[in-house]
Amino acid sequence: MNNFIKKIPNRYRFLTVVLLIYVTTSIFDMDFVFSSLKKSALNLFEILPIILFVYILMYLINRYVNTKIIQKHMGQESGIKGWLYAILGSIIISGPAYLLFPLIGELKKSGMKNSLIAIFLNNKNVQLSFLPPMVYYFGLRFTVVISIYIIIFTVLSGIIIDKVLKNEKLPQDV
Amino acid sequence: MNIALKKTIGSLQITAPIILGVLLFINLLNPLLQKFYPSIFTGNYLIDPLIGAIAGSASFGIPIISYITGGELLKQGVSLLAVIAFILSWSTVGLVMMPLEITHLGKKFAIWRNSINFFTSIIIAILTAITLNLIK
Repeated sequence: MNNFIKKIPNRYRFLTVVLLIYVTTSIFDMDFVFSSLKKSALNLFEILPIILFVYILMYLINRYVNTKIIQKHMGQESGIKGWLYAILGSIIISGPAYLLFPLIGELKKSGMKNSLIAIFLNNKNVQLSFLPPMVYYFGLRFTVVISIYIIIFTVLSGIIIDKVLKNEKLPQDV
Repeated sequence: MNIALKKTIGSLQITAPIILGVLLFINLLNPLLQKFYPSIFTGNYLIDPLIGAIAGSASFGIPIISYITGGELLKQGVSLLAVIAFILSWSTVGLVMMPLEITHLGKKFAIWRNSINFFTSIIIAILTAITLNLIK
């Protein structure tokens, strides 16, 4: 089994393992597998517009934003302006972090620094589209308090990531 | 084909099978985990946020789903501390998303980012609960 999985290209390996789990589970509970497949299809349908948005944005960045621009505004020398861009960007651009990984990966290749990437990805609760539901479920007082703490700790985590990953290399293309 | 389009399609080819795998995995795992949530939270102010963060790290999705789940957990008597740690780690720590994050951002970055978020979700939970008690 291990040799079979190792022969599969990296990008399909995780999917193959998950499909094998599905096949195994179906032997014991077919209804559960069908329900999970149905939910996955619904989720996929829900996130398709976000995927489309992310890839259009990625194309536009690849097309019009060059390395120099990224390095100037979000690179090592970007300073406080870079931090503000990352915080504002993370508040405005919504969507699950995993859909933003490819986009952020491209920005990283162009020189975006690790601390700003961490800020962008870590602030997933203080977002314009998610604040109203948070107020609805937990109240305004809760939302204001937690949002302040999230932003403070997002910046702190960015600083820590920057310190520990100073000489980190980019992942090899799969 | 221009270079920008080629790069974008290349990225989509890498990402699409991983996103599909992640969605399938989450929908297989989440229903199993949700059954255990009410029984694993005991009301302990130290252990609850830790369990909340662990449960949130294993369950991943858009924040609104965690608010709904968190709201239900509160109704069932789970402490606010645990629910805060749960909703924070839900959207910022992604164990099942690690393969995708590693592919695009590197192993070291993914491990550090997720580890830091795991601990900060507990710290923020404690600070938020204390602050809310103080400004009551």
